[in-house]
Amino acid sequence: MKILGISAFYHDSAAALLLDGEIVAAAQEERYTRKKHDAGFPQNAIDYVLEEGRIQLSDVDYVAFYDKPFLKFERLLETYVAMAPRGLNSFRMAMPVWLRQKLFLKDFLLKQFRLQQESFEPEQLLFAEHHFSHAASAFYPSPFNEAVVLTLDGVGEWATTTVAIGKGNEIDIIKELHFPHSLGLLYSAFTYYTGFKVNSGEYKVMGLAPYGEPKYRDLILDNLVDVKDDGSFRLDQSYFNYTTGLTMTNRRFAELFGQPVRQPESEQLTQFHMDIAASIQAVTEEVVLRMTRSLASEYGMANLCLAGGVALNCVANGKILRDGAFKNVWIQPAAGDAGGALGAALAAWHTEFGQPRVASSADAMRGAYLGSGFNEQQIEQELTSAGAVYTKLSCEEMIERAAQALADSKAVGWFQGRMEFGPRALGGRSILGDPRSAETQKTLYLKVKYRESFRPFAPSVLREDLASWFELDEDSPYMLLVADVKKDKRSAMTAEEEALFGIEKLNVRRSEIPAVTHIDYSARIQTVHEDTNPHYHALISEFKRLTGCGVIVNTSFNVRGEPIVCTPTDAYSCFMGTDLDVLAIGNFFLSKEEQPKDLLSDYKDRYELD
Amino acid sequence: MFSFIAEIWLFLKVRKKFWLLPVLIVLGLLGGLIVMSQGSAIAPFIYTLF
Repeated sequence: MKILGISAFYHDSAAALLLDGEIVAAAQEERYTRKKHDAGFPQNAIDYVLEEGRIQLSDVDYVAFYDKPFLKFERLLETYVAMAPRGLNSFRMAMPVWLRQKLFLKDFLLKQFRLQQESFEPEQLLFAEHHFSHAASAFYPSPFNEAVVLTLDGVGEWATTTVAIGKGNEIDIIKELHFPHSLGLLYSAFTYYTGFKVNSGEYKVMGLAPYGEPKYRDLILDNLVDVKDDGSFRLDQSYFNYTTGLTMTNRRFAELFGQPVRQPESEQLTQFHMDIAASIQAVTEEVVLRMTRSLASEYGMANLCLAGGVALNCVANGKILRDGAFKNVWIQPAAGDAGGALGAALAAWHTEFGQPRVASSADAMRGAYLGSGFNEQQIEQELTSAGAVYTKLSCEEMIERAAQALADSKAVGWFQGRMEFGPRALGGRSILGDPRSAETQKTLYLKVKYRESFRPFAPSVLREDLASWFELDEDSPYMLLVADVKKDKRSAMTAEEEALFGIEKLNVRRSEIPAVTHIDYSARIQTVHEDTNPHYHALISEFKRLTGCGVIVNTSFNVRGEPIVCTPTDAYSCFMGTDLDVLAIGNFFLSKEEQPKDLLSDYKDRYELD
Repeated sequence: MFSFIAEIWLFLKVRKKFWLLPVLIVLGLLGGLIVMSQGSAIAPFIYTLF
């Protein structure tokens, strides 16, 4: 049976393909349209996954959509009725979209598919609930036969948090928290308050938190959110504006903390914003840990699966793991809405059609390398069309030259194999650097991302070397766990250095791998495994042979505001528009100094900042 | 359109939310007006709730 999963129309549209239950391909639409978080119908992603599966739409048995529009509309109407007459502005914004398109989603999808396949029948369209899609994406590909499945996000239809039990091929949702009480929306409210973009700046709040003290933790717990012992909670809506307005928070919220909302990009971040970030991070961890402890004792299971946007909070994930309430934790790498496409397809296969499931010791995500890949001929053709000057090497030579470039502290564009599914670059479409140099952090940001950041880069570490560098000995292949750098690798800061602020403090050499060490000595770790990404593993192994260090810097292959590169042409364009020194695409090796000067371009302002 | 109305009816029945029916009828009647009244240039700083 061939099942196509789709998520679309809110943010991060995506498509996924299952062939007889096997995950064959999954990709986000933004990578093809080059529009970050693209919410449009994922036609390009669909075309790609069908091509990867060597099938056509006419071969597809079912299309599964990742949420239920009528239920969402019910939530909108009930909220507006409950809040009337407040909410008129929000109502006026929402209704045209709904009355034009979203309410008629089934018809719209039918029309889209009938354009390509006239005989496409309404019965072939299936709809899974939003949180069921998340739960399915978390449990079915996991390596567990049974697990507690916890999904947390902003909101789907009604649910914002669900607890389910996964056993074999079944998922039973046991309990839910409903809108407007949402941990994701609470975090987004603080993202908005600290002047970052909602639904993309949450990472920045998490990265800002280590600079602050959680001074406002109790203020938040006493006023904004009432958390029970089992982690369930209610938000006091008198401080928020998202149910009726077009902002996340209101004046009362600002008065509670004593400062107005920070103006994005123009107003400086101060210690106040850092303390706010630390406080909401602490509250989030408190809520999540109460939940996981309570669930572990209630159900007595050893395994936990996580999905939903909040599961991308890798600092909280690391704490869940270290807390030990669950022995094993598995997190869907595409934990946000893109992963809903995969979850909907898996829900159709296992839940709707009752197909059996056999969990294997490795998860079913294939390292998340589920997107577009290019063979040698395609790469050469694209590079030639772009006017690139390249050297074709053997795989071993390419790895040796890339590792040598890294050891020489060069910024390396690394484009190998299939593209990652989910928000993180995991060594398929990555920019790499030398973590040992204190300068890497600064120069890589300025060379490639065009501005310094208060967040350090993430390390990719050989799995076998993990325990010698970090306080962690669990697989973290999807960069979703944060743990500390080992004590014996750290450097103590002087009193003067401790007193430094923001980026200045980040630039202090705090460990043997300063480019990936946050100011609290934490790191967002990706473990690299020979079986899922042999090229990347070989590269880091070669870097280790040259330098003694089995860790490298890994950041996504894009500039700020740009979706991660998808094709060799995208990669070359980014390479020529930034100060990347070398580019390794497949077995093709490119040096910046050899490229035609007239192809250099100004890439900096091409994308809207996120 | 008929299948859409039938589905909405089925939905209200399953969800036992018949009280939403008048809201939906009014919305249907005002639909054209609401669609045409769109034009706000305010970009919402909000999670994609709708």
